[in-house]
Amino acid sequence: MRIIKQAVAGTLESSDLLVKVEPNDSVLDIVVRSEVIKQFGKQIRRVVAETLARMDVDQGTVVIEDKGALDYAIRARVQAAVLRGSGSDELNWGQMS
Amino acid sequence: MKSRRSMLFVPGDNPAMLSTAFVYKPDSVMFDLEDAVSPREKDSARLLVFHALALPAYRDIERVVRINRLDSEYGLKDLEAAVRGGADVVRLPKTDSAGEIQELESHVARLEKECGRPVGETRLIAAIESASGVVNAVTIATASPRMIAIALAGFDYLVSMQTRRSGGSEPELFYARASVLHAARMAGIDAFDVAYGDVNDDEGFLREVEIAKQLGFNGKSLIHPRQVDLLHRAYAPTQKELEYAKRVIAAAGYAQRNGQGVVSLDGKMIDPPVIKEAELVLGRVYAS
Repeated sequence: MRIIKQAVAGTLESSDLLVKVEPNDSVLDIVVRSEVIKQFGKQIRRVVAETLARMDVDQGTVVIEDKGALDYAIRARVQAAVLRGSGSDELNWGQMS
Repeated sequence: MKSRRSMLFVPGDNPAMLSTAFVYKPDSVMFDLEDAVSPREKDSARLLVFHALALPAYRDIERVVRINRLDSEYGLKDLEAAVRGGADVVRLPKTDSAGEIQELESHVARLEKECGRPVGETRLIAAIESASGVVNAVTIATASPRMIAIALAGFDYLVSMQTRRSGGSEPELFYARASVLHAARMAGIDAFDVAYGDVNDDEGFLREVEIAKQLGFNGKSLIHPRQVDLLHRAYAPTQKELEYAKRVIAAAGYAQRNGQGVVSLDGKMIDPPVIKEAELVLGRVYAS
């Protein structure tokens, strides 16, 4: 899946996260900001990277503003942001699990 | 038999509530993709609910997803997330006819096959929210073997009837409550009473719970976690009811062991309906 435009999903409420995606033709750049970066930074980055890989996203800039979200919410918000950024309305549920 | 006293609404776009609603121990959680979610957040909420359905914390709680109507642009997408996510039950809002349940059932069966779930595993609840739905309650309740309950939703229903909530004994809801209950009992399924909107009015809520309980509703749809415990306490039998139910069961057992058709207790005949009621009372204790 290709990110062709800027898009946002999620909120800055507690237990949620805000995901911003935008096109980047050279690399896949993942930036994670979190109040719990020391404890959970690696875990958040791992979930984000896995989610993007399942969606075949290998280019783009993805910025995460985490507010203590659980893994399931991270997956959902990243998927929503990428789908919005891809301009696609078609969902491949096999990639969402 | 599964006890369904409390069905707690959880907004589908709220991760904090999606991941904590289980702590209030409702009999069912209802992840809402309909009215609680704004149109521009439907896509994101659908994914949140899809993943929240897999949270281990909900393993012992019935997981219901309220989808949008199938004739909206969201309904089928919501249904796909619910069935593929493993929802136990799909709740269809604003159900006016049996045909809507049959259409829903055919889509559910197709999705179950596509994602490898056993066909028939996903159960259905119809919410009745209009005069048409109330009048058609019997055909709606019996529209599919997947149906496990019908729920009366008061806000839209009263608008369709050109009236509003009065408080007190609520005569404006009497016909709808009686119709929905009769339809549910005829179909052999559960019935949920309306949600109570003022979350700070415990007295009004409990007054309404007593009406629902006395009429025979299995429980209520709930819009706030604090209503769960209030409802469960109100539905629990009193010590006096409990003691009597135990004595009825004991007397019935004695009659059966001694080949007696009927037996009396405190001068009252203990017949099958009395025994059934005693079993229901004891069932509520074990559900608590």
